[in-house]
Amino acid sequence: MSFPAREDLIEFVYDEARLLDDQQFEEWLGLWAPDSHYWMPLEYKQTDPDLVTSLLYEDEFLRKMRVHRLTGQRTFSQQPRSRCSHVLNRPRIVTMSEDRQEFVTETRFHYVETRLDDQFLLAATSRHELVLIDGALKIKLKRVDLLNCDASFGNIQLFL
Amino acid sequence: MGKYTNNPQAIAALIRNGEVHRDLYIDEELFNLEMKHLFANTWIYAGHESQVPNEGDFITTEIARQPLIMIRHGDGEIYLLHNRCMHKGVKVLADRCGNTGKRLRCPYHAWSYRTDGRLLSLPFQKGYEGTGFEDSEAAAGLPRVKAVKNYRGFVFARLSEHGIGFEKFFGDALSSLDNMIDRSPEGRLEVAGPPLRYMHKCNWKMLVENQTDACHPMVAHESSAGTVAQMWKELDMPEDAPKPMAVEVVVPFTSPYEFYDKMGIRVWPNGHGHTGVHGGIHSNYSSIPGYYEKMVAAYGENRAQAILGENRHNTVYFPNVMLKGPIQLLRVFTPLAADRTQVDSYIYRLVGAPDMLLARTAMYNRLINAPTSVVGHDDLEMYERAQEGLLSDGADWVNFQRLYQPDEGTEVTAEVHGTSEQQMRNQFYAWKKFMLASMEKAAA
Repeated sequence: MSFPAREDLIEFVYDEARLLDDQQFEEWLGLWAPDSHYWMPLEYKQTDPDLVTSLLYEDEFLRKMRVHRLTGQRTFSQQPRSRCSHVLNRPRIVTMSEDRQEFVTETRFHYVETRLDDQFLLAATSRHELVLIDGALKIKLKRVDLLNCDASFGNIQLFL
Repeated sequence: MGKYTNNPQAIAALIRNGEVHRDLYIDEELFNLEMKHLFANTWIYAGHESQVPNEGDFITTEIARQPLIMIRHGDGEIYLLHNRCMHKGVKVLADRCGNTGKRLRCPYHAWSYRTDGRLLSLPFQKGYEGTGFEDSEAAAGLPRVKAVKNYRGFVFARLSEHGIGFEKFFGDALSSLDNMIDRSPEGRLEVAGPPLRYMHKCNWKMLVENQTDACHPMVAHESSAGTVAQMWKELDMPEDAPKPMAVEVVVPFTSPYEFYDKMGIRVWPNGHGHTGVHGGIHSNYSSIPGYYEKMVAAYGENRAQAILGENRHNTVYFPNVMLKGPIQLLRVFTPLAADRTQVDSYIYRLVGAPDMLLARTAMYNRLINAPTSVVGHDDLEMYERAQEGLLSDGADWVNFQRLYQPDEGTEVTAEVHGTSEQQMRNQFYAWKKFMLASMEKAAA
């Protein structure tokens, strides 16, 4: 791919959610660019990931750690395992810049996570900042803003 | 009325040598009595002055399920008012924080109050003429919590009008708070951003006990910290390679029993105590460029070294606060029901220190205290299993006997092994003392 079509960007976002729902986490880890971040702010319209607490701000090392932990023999909070489901609105393309090779989408979605008798629903918006690396789209930044980011949550164990 | 109301003997019998009765965790009647007695008789953290810097600034909070407003008055004083209009009981303020200007105005019928709680005006006031309104409870304005102490910016309150004084209640335990504040070259902290909010379906005491529980990290956190340690090892970096901040923060959780045991615990009277008498999991963080120089400039070399050399791990301020001085973090465990606890984790900026310190603290907070934190998941899973397990009628007692000594004393300052459960017992001794303090008075 030398320059992605609009449909490629949209498919990428849907595919990413499907990998998460199918718990194909190793493949999911492969979607990321080097030096990329998975960010879930704590504050509504938060601008600073460093000096204000976030729910998540994970580099490659921490994303891998999460994935490895999920399958650990002594990961008791995942015995039994959680399951999740993303229902995505059609991703909106915010930026398609050929010169800068930057592609940005914004997607509203509902997320359901369940374990034993507990199930919860979150509404969120994800922003994918994508780059082309060797002809493939990769995530530079995925920002997930929860509609109720300032609410009190129990455990959120999988990935939005 | 159940078995504990007006029955101090029954309550006293719930604590015995190295064991406590499971009703402390599951019984709603006992929970209600905790709110009425324990949480009224002790000094509870309400907020930080930097959250209300200007006249009319407020935060809403709660202590013992009482809705409260912490507000800055025109004279600079911070007041704690009951968030309950004297007319129909409507909460005057609903936001978590904001500015109310010079007066608090109830949105239902426009009863208005000054920011110190005094009644300011009622609309169409002549309707109260000749009614004896001036002698009513309402005429006094929003009830003010009288026992409030602003200690170097940290605001504590005792709901009960009479009782133990602030200094006597905390005593030498204030040294942990002092150390956290002294780490600012200007001796001043500011709350940085909103707290992480984490709902726990368990009793509040489980969280407090866990703060000085040095025998759980290597077991419960094997999944999270153990994974980080393993991944770091597999990268096969040279011994002296700089560790990423996340590795530095999480890996110490996997330290062996001997490490935690040597770290030591100090207990103080009234249920306070801390781990990390001889350093701890925060001791080996790499230094932040420029910070030490600022500390030396502010305090001189000896004093700066003394401040930074103190690496207390977790300090418990009984009943429901945990403080981490070396990384400027404070967690409040707010009881909502016998099986429900709201956890708020605040971080603070050291005024005058490099931002990198705050960045590390923010990282620690999200890696360890967030509802999205893998370390948090490890702990909450255990608390919730305990909450469910304690419903079993198969046994009545929860065990706290590790390194128990019959003569250890219930109100002592002592330094003990890091793996001792003495600080947990210390909390129960205080629990009993402050539960009974107002009951026995009422019975007399």
